[in-house]
Amino acid sequence: MTDLYQSQRAMRSMRRAAMHRGVIAVLDIGSSKIACLILRFDGPQQFPDEAGVGSLAGQSSFRVIGAATTRSRGVKLGEIHAMQETERAIRTAVQAAQKMANVRVDHAIACFSGGQPRSYGLAGEADIQGGQVGEADVAHVLAACDVPDYGDGRDVLHAQPVNFALDHRSGLADPRGQNGQRLACDMHMLTIDTKAIQNILYCIKRCDLELAGLASSAYVSGVSSLVEDEQELGAACIDMGGGTTGLSIFMKKHMIYADTVRLGGDHVTLDISKGLQIPMATAERIKTFHGGLVATGMDDREMIELGRDTGDWELDRRTVSRAELIGIMRPRVEEILEEVRARLDAAGFEHLPSQQIVLTGGGSQVPGLDGLAPKILGQQVRIGRPLRVQGLPQAATGAAFSSSVGLCLFAAHPQDEWWDFEIPVDGLGGRSLRRAVKWFKDNW
Amino acid sequence: MRPVKAVRDPAPSRLAYRVQRWLLTPLFRKALLWGLPVAILAASGAAYISDEARREAIAAGFAELRRSIEERPEFMVRLMAIDGASDEVAEDIREIVPVDFPLSSFDLDLPAIREQVQTLDAVARAEVRIRAGGVLQVDIAERIPALVWRSRNGLELIDAEGRRVAALNERMARADLPLVAGPGGDVAAAEALELLATAEPVRDRLRGLLRVGERRWDVVLDRDQRILLPEQGAVSALEQVLALDEARDLLERDVLVVDMRLPHRPTLRLADHAVEELRRIRSISFGAD
Repeated sequence: MTDLYQSQRAMRSMRRAAMHRGVIAVLDIGSSKIACLILRFDGPQQFPDEAGVGSLAGQSSFRVIGAATTRSRGVKLGEIHAMQETERAIRTAVQAAQKMANVRVDHAIACFSGGQPRSYGLAGEADIQGGQVGEADVAHVLAACDVPDYGDGRDVLHAQPVNFALDHRSGLADPRGQNGQRLACDMHMLTIDTKAIQNILYCIKRCDLELAGLASSAYVSGVSSLVEDEQELGAACIDMGGGTTGLSIFMKKHMIYADTVRLGGDHVTLDISKGLQIPMATAERIKTFHGGLVATGMDDREMIELGRDTGDWELDRRTVSRAELIGIMRPRVEEILEEVRARLDAAGFEHLPSQQIVLTGGGSQVPGLDGLAPKILGQQVRIGRPLRVQGLPQAATGAAFSSSVGLCLFAAHPQDEWWDFEIPVDGLGGRSLRRAVKWFKDNW
Repeated sequence: MRPVKAVRDPAPSRLAYRVQRWLLTPLFRKALLWGLPVAILAASGAAYISDEARREAIAAGFAELRRSIEERPEFMVRLMAIDGASDEVAEDIREIVPVDFPLSSFDLDLPAIREQVQTLDAVARAEVRIRAGGVLQVDIAERIPALVWRSRNGLELIDAEGRRVAALNERMARADLPLVAGPGGDVAAAEALELLATAEPVRDRLRGLLRVGERRWDVVLDRDQRILLPEQGAVSALEQVLALDEARDLLERDVLVVDMRLPHRPTLRLADHAVEELRRIRSISFGAD
């Protein structure tokens, strides 16, 4: 536990160094594409707050100066499958982004969706020393949370304090400075597979980059796609990626649950490929150009050519109707959404005051999803696109880039995590030292 | 048949990736874009220069170029013009200025020539410049002789400040100038001129001034009459004597020396004959016989 604490703190200090340098890379390692954005931080003094104009939700402090996307290789279901291939893909993306930005980056913040994230809700209580809540008390109560046995071979990716309660008042966002007797806290902890993290670390190190932060892609796409009131009142963000579908539930601007369904757009493509007996690349092209989820009479007449070059004329000149294609795609998308529904039910999503669901990610761009999703997920469903950030190229503003954009926001303004507070000195023999100091204060 | 070709890997190799990152490093980039060419140029230049023969060839070429520019007709000086000097002085100047015309103006050291011309006694002030048309113009202000000074070395002409102007072969060559004699006579030339101006009433009798012991003046008149003047206030002493002369015809009488060395006690020395005559007259007036 202390080991994790140290490594996370090291990442935080790396992030501070990157801020000081002013340039940081954002790496979204997905199953279908790897995106690299390079951010330049101008610092708060660059844009002084003009009268009345806020700082645009804090985003005006950075600007995207380089963006590159490459087809992902060696990543399956959000996890690294072939090291060398992934490393090459990351290198391609980073090099292209550096070339566009014309600047060298040394620090990277990465997000990925694999590693089977599991959410835990933690609660802790501690007495306050001195009546007023200080930084040390917050650290103390965070350390007092009873950590469940999340198993060997797993690591904590996020541990965010979600709610504080002081005596009988609950729902405090920031208890510091308030007076009370007893501080309680709810913490949301997300653990993922250690091996997945280590593979990512290794790949990034092989690219001469220093890792300045890690995030779950379900979390960061929620940060970018949910609007402020949705985050406040409670909403779920469903990031339909290539290999996995991540879902994260937000409440009071904190993530309270995250999970992934290990099904995604690649499975749809695979179904098309198998069903129509065409290569994956062609299946992907047909899916993106002609795909849909709701068949109409018109679709029976729209014929799609399945070009192949086997040399067999009969095989190469086959056509299918769009209705057939829809017939292949729809069951798989329904399966994904039903799986998501099951996860949401398991998380107790129906108890939230607002049950907004936002679909984002590349998979959410299938025509007809806005008709299909409400049938499975409920009425409050919308297709979300990420926030606009300054300098982002037009090609990278689509729903497929919601986790990249969210990672930019995460890089600029990370949420306080457990390791942002000083470790309580209890374990280090500090108690006796403090007692000695107290004795001196009392007697002199 | 389908052509079989390897699919190109779009990923950069590790080396290419690193090289690109180096090139994006500002310091490295600057060193490569500026430092390297400068270093190569400097090294090649140094290698070229390091050969002795090449260095000499370059120096010779440079000197040749310089020579060819200096010897252009626009820069040549063909003759020397001397203004404000008498013929003898001009001749002297031409003699001492060691210049063979024609000569490039770059080779002329005008301050040195001026110094050299000013070493001539007859020259009070000289100005040397190069006039348009390749003429070395020397403007001379000559010293004006004011006195003839007789010393052990012979006769010399000196100006009002006592500076030597020229040697003189015989006194009568410059009979118009008054004569000064004795060692140190040139140093006190200004005072001598003042005395001579004061002695204007006895000018036709004046033979000259004599510097005695390098400290005071004697005025020598004809008939070997002398007026011995003090060190301080010589002019007023002389005026006193001349006033006496005007009133009592002092100098007309048979007086050998008027001694004014102590101004408050003028002393006369009479000729022997005059002394005897005086005694005779005194004895008559006393009624001794």
